[in-house]
Amino acid sequence: MANSAERPILLKGGRVVDPAGGVDAILDVLLVGGRVAELGHGLEAPPGAEVRVVAGLVVCPGLVDVHVHLREPGGEHKETIASGSRAAVAGGITTVCAMPNTDPPVDDPASVGYVRAAGLRAAGARVYPLGAVSVGRQGERLTEMGEMIEAGAVGFTDDGSPVSDGGLMRLALEYTLAFGVPVASHCEDRTLAKGGVMNEGLVSTRLGLVGMPNAAEEAMIARDLLLAELTGGRLHVQHVSTRGGVEMVRAAKQRGVRVTAEATPHHLTLTDEAVDGYNSNAKVNPPLRRAADVAAVRQGVVDGTLDCIATDHAPHHYDEKEAAFDDAPFGLVGLETSLGICMTELVHKGLLTLPELIARMSHNPARAFGLPGGTLAPGAAADVTVLDPDEEWVVDPTRFLSKSRNTPFGGWRLRGRVRTTVVGGVVAFEQAPHAEVARAR
Amino acid sequence: MMPTTAPYLGKDLVGLEHLSAAQIRAILDTAEPFKEISERPIKKVPVLRGKTIVNLFFEPSTRTRISFEFAEKRLSADTVNVAASGSSVVKGETLVDTARNLEAMRIDMVVIRHGSSGAARFLAERIPSNVINAGDGRHEHPTQGLLDMLTIRDKLGRLEGVRVCIVGDVLHSRVARSNIWGLTKLGAEVAVCGPPTLLPREIEALGVQVFTRVEEAIEWADVLNVLRLQLERMQGGYVPSLREYNRIFGVTQERVARAPRPLVIMHPGPMNRGVEIDSDVADGGQSVILNQVTNGVAVRMAVLYLLAGGAPERAEVAKHGE
Repeated sequence: MANSAERPILLKGGRVVDPAGGVDAILDVLLVGGRVAELGHGLEAPPGAEVRVVAGLVVCPGLVDVHVHLREPGGEHKETIASGSRAAVAGGITTVCAMPNTDPPVDDPASVGYVRAAGLRAAGARVYPLGAVSVGRQGERLTEMGEMIEAGAVGFTDDGSPVSDGGLMRLALEYTLAFGVPVASHCEDRTLAKGGVMNEGLVSTRLGLVGMPNAAEEAMIARDLLLAELTGGRLHVQHVSTRGGVEMVRAAKQRGVRVTAEATPHHLTLTDEAVDGYNSNAKVNPPLRRAADVAAVRQGVVDGTLDCIATDHAPHHYDEKEAAFDDAPFGLVGLETSLGICMTELVHKGLLTLPELIARMSHNPARAFGLPGGTLAPGAAADVTVLDPDEEWVVDPTRFLSKSRNTPFGGWRLRGRVRTTVVGGVVAFEQAPHAEVARAR
Repeated sequence: MMPTTAPYLGKDLVGLEHLSAAQIRAILDTAEPFKEISERPIKKVPVLRGKTIVNLFFEPSTRTRISFEFAEKRLSADTVNVAASGSSVVKGETLVDTARNLEAMRIDMVVIRHGSSGAARFLAERIPSNVINAGDGRHEHPTQGLLDMLTIRDKLGRLEGVRVCIVGDVLHSRVARSNIWGLTKLGAEVAVCGPPTLLPREIEALGVQVFTRVEEAIEWADVLNVLRLQLERMQGGYVPSLREYNRIFGVTQERVARAPRPLVIMHPGPMNRGVEIDSDVADGGQSVILNQVTNGVAVRMAVLYLLAGGAPERAEVAKHGE
C-alpha cells in the first residue's frame, strides 16, 4: 500500500511518452530515490522494488498545471492546499502553481513560505506559489519579488485582476528580468468588461446579461505583448479565449517576443451557449466565447501558439454558485477533468498526437515556469502519470476529491483516464481498479 | 385540488421566448373575458379562492405590483406583498432561502420582480409553486409583453403583419425582449430603434430590423412602443444628455405628425415626459398608454387563471362563479 521514496518502483511494459526526450515506445521505467533512474527494455527490478505491469497503459511525465486556485488562506470552505493538491493528483497532475489571489493575498515572503510549506505537507501534487505582482493586488506598487522568489515563488501575477496600470506592468516585466521568472497576466481591460458576467454576443442579448466583448481581453493582451517586447521580460498570457488573442500571441512569438501562453480545457470545448439557462457553473472569466473563438484556441494549441494547457481550477462552494447568475462568482473546477477532456476532445478527435498533448500539459508548462518535472529523463524528479488512453468514464462531480463541485462537465462521457499518479517516486493517487484494466492484463 | 402544472402553460411563466404561438394566443384570448370583471360594480370572482400568492418584489415597482395585486384580488386569491426593503433580503438572506421559507409556509404562487436576469427561472427551478416573472433584470417581463400585444390587437384588430417599433433603451429593457419574442411569434414585424449605445449586440439575430434614427422608425411603423430612458443611463454615459436625447431620439409631436399613416403610441411607463416622449404625443389621440394599463390587469388575471389549471375555453364560465 503506502510506499516511500526509498522503495523503487518499476513500471513495466507501458507506452512511455516523454516529449522532452523524443521518447514514444514500449519501455520500462525505473524510479529510484525519488528520481527517474532508467528507461529501457526488460529492466531488472532492484531488490525490494514494487513492480507494476502497465501494459496497455501510457506512462508519461506528471502533468503540470500552472494555473490553479487553492483558495488557502481565506477560502478554506472552497478548497485547501491539501484538498486541492489531492484533487490534482486524482487528475494526473503532479505539479500545480497556486495563484496568489487569496485572502490575505500572497504578496510577501512569509505568505509565499506558508503556501510552500502547506504544499509540502499536503501529500499530493507539488505546490509552487506565484506571488502577487502588486502589494495587496491593488495594482499600485511592486511586491518584494526578490525575497518572494527566495521564499519559493516561481513567478508573479495579480490573477483574478489585470494589472491595469501599464506603467506598473512594465516595471514588473523589467524587475523580474533580474530573476528570470515570468509575469503571468490575466488580460482584461476592466473598463471594457465593466459589469460583464458572460461573453458579449447573441446569447448575452437573449439572456439579458451584461457581456464582456472579446476586445476587453484582446486590448490587454496587445498591451502586455508590447510591454514584453519593450522590456524583454518574460510574459505568460493566462487563459487565452479569443481568436484575436491567439493571433496576437502567434504574431508576437514570430517577432521573437518572450511569451508563453495557456489555454484552458473549458475554452477549448465550450461556447457561450453553455451559459443558456443561466448555468452558473459556466460563469467564468474570461468568459466562454463563440465557436469561432473555440476553433481558434484549438488551433493555437495545435500549432503551439498556446504552449500550455492549464485549468484555471477555481473552486467555489455550492451555495455561492446557487445564486442568481449576476451574483454567482466566476470560475469552475478543472483539476480532475482536464486530462480526460483533452484526451477526448484533442487526441481522440485527431487534433493532437498523444506526445503533443503531453508536451502541452507537462513539459511546456514546466519549462515556462522553470519547474522540476515535465520529463522522464534519467535524473529528473520521479513525477509520473500512468493513464489509460481508452478508458471511458462519466464525470461525476460528487466523486471529486476537490472540496468544490462547480463544473459544467458533469455527466460528460470522456475517453482517457488517469490510473496512477506518482509524485517524487511515491504513489500519490491510484484509481480504483476496473474491468477494462483487468482485461488488458 | 387543481394541478400545479397547468395544461396550457406549464408550471411557470418565466418569459415569452419559450412559449409557442398557440400558448401566447391562448393567454390573450383568455384575457378577453376577464376584461369585463374590472368593469363591474363588484369586481370579484371566486376563480382563485383559497389560493395563496406572494408578490415578491426585490426592486421597487408601483404599476406592475399593483396590477398583479388587483388581478389576484379580483380573482379572490389571498395575497401577501414582500418588498425587498425591510425584509430579510436586506439582512443578507439569499434568494433561494427566501424562496424556501415562503414555500415552507405552503403557498401556491409567487410573482417575482428581481434585478438580476434569470432570477425568476432560478426560483421556478427550485420551488414547486407556480412562478410568474414580473421582470428579471434585462431579460423578460412577459406580462408586459402580453398586455402590449393585447392592446395592439384591440386597437388594430390583428397582430399579423403589424409593424411594431420598440424605441429607446433596448439594451437594458426586459420589456423589449418580451415584446420581440411575443410579437414575432404571432406574426408581427418588429423593429428596434435607439442610439447604438443602447442597442444590444446582434439583436438582428432575434428577427428584428434595426433603426438608429427615430424618423426612419416612424416612417416604417404602425405602432411605436416607446421605452423609458432611465436617468442612470445618462450618468453611465450611454447618452450625452437628456436634452440631446429628446432632440435627436425623442418621440415628438412634430415627428409623429410626419408619419405616413396613423401611428399607435404605446409606453410601458413610467414616462419621462419631455425626454423619450413628449406630452402632446403621450396624451394625444393616438396614444393607448392607459389602455395598456387597463389590459394589464386582464392579462395578469388570465395568466393566474391558466397557471392555476384553468382552461381558456372555460374562462367565460369561470368568471361567473364555480
